[in-house]
Amino acid sequence: MPDSLAAQAMTRMTGWKSTALQGWGRSTLSPCLAARPERLRELRAALDTPEGRTLIAHGGGRSYGDAALNTDGAVVVTGRLDRILAFDPATGELVAEPGVTFADLLAVFLPRGFVAPVSPGTAHVTLGGALANDVHGKNHHHAGSFGDHVLWFDLLLPDGRMQRVSEAEDPALFHATIGGIGLTGLIAAICLRLVPVPSNALAVRRRRVGDLDEFLAGFEAASGATWSVGWIDALASGRSLGRGILETAEPSPTGLPHTVPKSRRFPVDAPGWLLNGMSVRAFNALYWRRVPAAGQEVTVPYRQFLYPLDAIEGWNRMYGKQGFRQFQCVVPPGPGVAALRRLLETVAAAGSASFLAVLKVMGPEGRGMLSFGMPGYSLALDIPARPGSEELFGRLERITRDAGGRIYLAKDSLLSAEAFSAMYPRADEFRAVRARVDPDRRLGSDMARRLGL
Amino acid sequence: MRETWLILGASSAVARAFAREAAEHGAALLLAGRDMEDLGHQATDLAIRHAVPAVPMRFEARDLASHAGFVAECRERAGEGLLNVFLAFGVMPDQAEADADPAVAAGMVEANFTGAVSVLGTLGPVLEAQRGGVVVALGSVAGDRGRKRNFLYGATKAALLTYLQGYAARLSGAGVRVLCIKAGPVDTGMTWALPKLPFMASPRAFAAAAWQKARRGSGSAYLPGIWWPVMSIIRLLPTPIFNRLDI
Repeated sequence: MPDSLAAQAMTRMTGWKSTALQGWGRSTLSPCLAARPERLRELRAALDTPEGRTLIAHGGGRSYGDAALNTDGAVVVTGRLDRILAFDPATGELVAEPGVTFADLLAVFLPRGFVAPVSPGTAHVTLGGALANDVHGKNHHHAGSFGDHVLWFDLLLPDGRMQRVSEAEDPALFHATIGGIGLTGLIAAICLRLVPVPSNALAVRRRRVGDLDEFLAGFEAASGATWSVGWIDALASGRSLGRGILETAEPSPTGLPHTVPKSRRFPVDAPGWLLNGMSVRAFNALYWRRVPAAGQEVTVPYRQFLYPLDAIEGWNRMYGKQGFRQFQCVVPPGPGVAALRRLLETVAAAGSASFLAVLKVMGPEGRGMLSFGMPGYSLALDIPARPGSEELFGRLERITRDAGGRIYLAKDSLLSAEAFSAMYPRADEFRAVRARVDPDRRLGSDMARRLGL
Repeated sequence: MRETWLILGASSAVARAFAREAAEHGAALLLAGRDMEDLGHQATDLAIRHAVPAVPMRFEARDLASHAGFVAECRERAGEGLLNVFLAFGVMPDQAEADADPAVAAGMVEANFTGAVSVLGTLGPVLEAQRGGVVVALGSVAGDRGRKRNFLYGATKAALLTYLQGYAARLSGAGVRVLCIKAGPVDTGMTWALPKLPFMASPRAFAAAAWQKARRGSGSAYLPGIWWPVMSIIRLLPTPIFNRLDI
């Protein structure tokens, strides 16, 4: 912390303030100096950090762990850089500043018949964050990751130069920045291609699934579906291990009347006892039975299918003051099936450790050196921060690693450097690009230090 | 006929939010300021989001000689439609810095007050001639009473309010409404690095409320409304007590 008067005056002049940030999981509070540029000129100025601190960009704050935290360093909050810079309805090509969110895209472009080609599970993610984490959505098996749809981006390099980076002109930097958790520079603009859709709605089919095998068969049968996702009751064990709901969706040819989204706010930090074995079991039984035994077909607005949790603002407070961590891994097909079963068994055996798990079939390998996407199955679950939860996390990490899978950096806060290198074979390539564009190590984050990047 | 809003000081967060609000309601925008790169981005953004014409324009509040030409260009760009004005420019250097350096203090008066008087004065006949339209100017709660920590900025805003009162009276005959918004702290670059301030408004909520006021109101209005009772009390504090407060 800068205590001297001189340091205080300096921070005031350059728009830095002393604050503390959290990841979406709220498990750690990270003190830092933060700037929030409102225009490009101020983003450039933010490279000049007080006292030579390292810098990381922080978008919508939806990374669960420490990817966008920089304890005792500097953080540049990009949310105010939210201008749309170009759009061509003939091609769907969009150029936007990094703070534009998926919610912005939905509001501006869905009425014109376009949506983001790939969308994460919350609309509050910024495009900069989506690029830096190479996010994916419920259509990964067809559409791949966010980075697969990016044509170029303007990158403000640590030395202050602005470079337009494309796969053709600087493939190494392009592939290092996609999924590169902000460690190659500050993203100033992104060009991606939106995709046309016939209406503002999706035709969604839901059906109950009795166990894991039925789930995997269901995904197989639904492999032609544009979107697919599975919700698993993480407490179910034994014969009903992997019980859940399989949801698939297609663009609906007919639209719905426009409605203004209503969101409720989670009012307080829930007390720790609220999520216990009994309450979670009751919730999951209700959730499962919500879908009739014969299945269900409904037409819903895009946001309801893509961003179900956005209906409750601040839902992360449900896990109380201690916060939670999210575990998300992908395991390859084949050996991955046994790993999935072991992961679910491990979680179920830990009792009330987790609420719901999300299962997803994954498609192609991402373009980024540190992209998460790869063919196989992805499993995501929230684990409330309680005594023993880190140990449980370690067991899940072990199973993932042994199966040749990897853990998603956007969600992670616990992975070790050694396990990371085993899971991400292109890590050294990434380090080489970093050494080229940031030889003085002006960029940095808690995650970068933890993973030895 | 599409109305036009001239946004003076268009790169500020409040002005940006107000421009979005106006564009959402179908108004054309003239975005005036100094950072042409930023104004260009903003114009594109408004044109794409809301399908309205938006034009960046160079404007320097302290370059008084340029104001006549600038206003003539605004009038021409607004075409046949009504020209409305949102005045948002202003600087707020640290009070201690201004205390130590009279040049800083004078520069602030020039930007916040002299510049405003000059451009509003030049706009006066244009607004009178169109017999309608509205002028919204950003004042500040800091103008209600000179506080130790921020009285220079407050003084420029108090002067602006007094000017606007007479300006409103002069233009009322021509059917032009003039509104001074006494703004409380808004969550912008100006307040980002300051210690935590009470009743902070988001630019978006502030702009939405300002737009509502702009549709109907005149005179002056506190935004957010909570500042009316707060400032009423602060204004009534006896001087010996007020002077001892560290605000």
